[in-house]
Amino acid sequence: MSIEVKIPAVGESISSGVVSVWHKKSGDFVNPGDALFTLETEKVSTEIVAENAGVLEAKAAEGQEVKIGEVVAIIDDSKVPEEIPPAEKKATIGEKKKQPIPPETKAPVASKQKSTGAEVLSPAVRRIVEEEHLEPAKISGTGKDGRLTKGDVLAAHPEEEKEDRDRQAEPGTERFIRKKMSPLRRKIAAQLVMAQQTAAILTTFNECDMSAIQELRAKSQEGFTKKNGIKLGLMSFFIKAAVEALKAVPVVNGRIEEDDFIQNNFYDIGVAVGTERGLIVPIVRDADKKSFAELELDIAGYAVKAREGKLKIEDLQGGTFTISNGGVYGSLLSTPILNPPQSGILGMHKIMPRPVAIDKKVEVRPMMYLALSYDHRAVDGKEAVTFLIKVKECIEDPKKLPLDF
Amino acid sequence: MEKFDVVIIGSGPGGYIAAIRAGQLGLKTALVEKDKELGGTCLNIGCIPSKALLTSSDHFMFAKKEAEKHGVMFDGVHVDLRKMQQRKDKVVKTFTSGVRALMKTNKVTTFEGFGTIAAPGKVSVKSSDGKTQELETKNIVIATGSAPVELPFAKFDGKTIVSSTEALCFTEPPKKLLVIGAGAIGLELGSVWNRLGSEVTMLEFLPRIAVGFDLELSNLLQRSLTAQGITFHLETKVSAVKLTNGHATVTATKGGEEMKFDADKVLVSVGRRPFSEGVCAEKVGVEFDDRKRIKVDKNFRTNIQGIYAIGDVTAGPMLAHKAEDEGIACMEIIAGKSGHVNYDAIAGIIYTNPELAGVGLTEDQAKEKGIDYRIGKFPFRANSRALCNEDVDGMVKFVADAKTDRVLGAHILQHAASELIAEAVSVIEFGGSSEDIGRTCHSHPTLSEAVREAALNVEKRALHILNR
Repeated sequence: MSIEVKIPAVGESISSGVVSVWHKKSGDFVNPGDALFTLETEKVSTEIVAENAGVLEAKAAEGQEVKIGEVVAIIDDSKVPEEIPPAEKKATIGEKKKQPIPPETKAPVASKQKSTGAEVLSPAVRRIVEEEHLEPAKISGTGKDGRLTKGDVLAAHPEEEKEDRDRQAEPGTERFIRKKMSPLRRKIAAQLVMAQQTAAILTTFNECDMSAIQELRAKSQEGFTKKNGIKLGLMSFFIKAAVEALKAVPVVNGRIEEDDFIQNNFYDIGVAVGTERGLIVPIVRDADKKSFAELELDIAGYAVKAREGKLKIEDLQGGTFTISNGGVYGSLLSTPILNPPQSGILGMHKIMPRPVAIDKKVEVRPMMYLALSYDHRAVDGKEAVTFLIKVKECIEDPKKLPLDF
Repeated sequence: MEKFDVVIIGSGPGGYIAAIRAGQLGLKTALVEKDKELGGTCLNIGCIPSKALLTSSDHFMFAKKEAEKHGVMFDGVHVDLRKMQQRKDKVVKTFTSGVRALMKTNKVTTFEGFGTIAAPGKVSVKSSDGKTQELETKNIVIATGSAPVELPFAKFDGKTIVSSTEALCFTEPPKKLLVIGAGAIGLELGSVWNRLGSEVTMLEFLPRIAVGFDLELSNLLQRSLTAQGITFHLETKVSAVKLTNGHATVTATKGGEEMKFDADKVLVSVGRRPFSEGVCAEKVGVEFDDRKRIKVDKNFRTNIQGIYAIGDVTAGPMLAHKAEDEGIACMEIIAGKSGHVNYDAIAGIIYTNPELAGVGLTEDQAKEKGIDYRIGKFPFRANSRALCNEDVDGMVKFVADAKTDRVLGAHILQHAASELIAEAVSVIEFGGSSEDIGRTCHSHPTLSEAVREAALNVEKRALHILNR
């Protein structure tokens, strides 16, 4: 029997990804759990593993953009590896390709693959692809159901790239370099523009005095570390403060879907983490029910996974609110962009000793600016300001948080 | 009371096709029609009967004028108009009863009577015997179509001043037929009666005929029709129609000069208007635009939840196939699927001889939009099959994007243009280029080769003409 390997469903804002590397080739025998290929989406790259044993037949090229649910490979479990001696293996594969694929497996594959735009080419597209040695799978199509049009392949013409290369070849003369953005970068770009165009994004600011938290951390650090095997960081305080504020102003924890507003009554908080590949946002689940130690362990776990490229798509989907800390890079103030379809994102910034008036006297305190970007379609200004004041109050007076250490 | 998923008001091509699609999708569907027969204007008093008469009269012209060129000799060729009209009626009857059968097989309940929206979710049907029935429904689709526009100084009397409805049913060819408005309807019915013996004069307010079609091809069509005996007066404004003893005297001005025309019949074909009165959409708060068309979004939703509108009663070209596609898409949307109509790939056709067909942008529209375009043309006199057919009148013209080569528009003037245009519609739907058509093998000898040749001429490599 042939079993289809499909692109798994990922986050609500992700509809496609790119097959970046095949770890197994067509004709290879695979065992359950073997990594088949790496799927890159705009948020994460993840390895897709075989769920059953059999002979692999890849249906998507490396670099090809694939849609969620699309069949990218078929594993034929009627074949066992012992039957194919290594020496004959290649020949068998060659023959296998020529054999007509049984209709019951071919039909669904063919119908689902039409959206890739690289399967059947129009005559003009075929001519240009052949003459210019283009790889149709690497060009994204704008025609019906994603098919490639002549315009698409003309735009992907390597001649222009060659000209660019020629221009760059003269040392010291280049004033700019033009290069194609990676599919991932293009996706991120499209996602950000979509966020800006869909929501009515507005940002409100406040500042908070970090003295109380710094004091509390200094006091509790030793005991906390000894007990939990992890340091008490800043992030757990901000997650808890955000949860308190979301409980006080629930609308910020909701989202707009067409004409409806959906109120989330759970608190899955995305924590933006910078990695080599760009910004990713793993989700801390049920943050309201977790202890400070559990929150710190979650974040640390994600950081390790992110560094090793082992984050799974499910680690990134379904957040209800996001916290982004630009402060780690030294940002003093910023206006974060929403992570659709969420309605709010809290921006943390650099802690800086600044003079502030305390009881009419100037004192130098460790201060942090706070920013809340929100979808003004769902959230009123008063609600947004109230939310941010609530965060400020919890941070300045941590006793307002459910401290459990 | 039974509750429907959808009640469609109007059984024209928009309404009845929507009903079939709704039935296929498993929606509990009702179709309300004020007339005895289903099919609306298109089937009963529009596209279908006019095409029946156009084909019959075209056969007559062939027998009378063309056959002898083929060595086929007729003696005493004449028309039995009664028989011609009976055949037309039979065609209509066959089609409308076919639609009724399709409603049954698709489990659509039909109601005869005038449908009005009593409230969102409620349609009342008043039948001709005065009885009123209330239908409850989740969704209402207004598909009430359009009606001929009347001129204030030339009200329809059904006898001398007529609309297309009566002009399809003349029992004898009027001696002098005056047609006001040289659009699709005027040109088609003018052609029918010109062929059957009337002296046809057409008055058009604009400086051209067939507005909306490519100007170059429209001018060629005018030349052909003039050669067939129709007289055209362009830039001519009709100011009065006077009736005396069943005859009309039409007063018009052309370039400041007053002209008078005598006519036995006056066909007013200056356009159609959305037919929305009586359906009571305005009473439940449905919004209309400044041309009294029902306002809808791209999902055919009016501003009132659960009320949709499709076809001529909404904006866009008043074409049966546009209404049909909207009907299909609208039902798919109501059933929770994704429905879509590509308005760039809807062809318009005038069924004269030669026929004029066009899809997408005309050359003038491309120019107006500031698009960098290229043109490809090919005349049928250089096409093998057209020569065999002794039917060389006309040409194919493509408008393609200069940079991407995407086909933006296609225009065909030829006896079979209505069929030939379909290839270009498909290519436009798929975002294809002129080269795509040029690289597609077309059977020989066929008229469709001229389509390919015109596409090749975009890149100046047509085979049977000097490329310029």
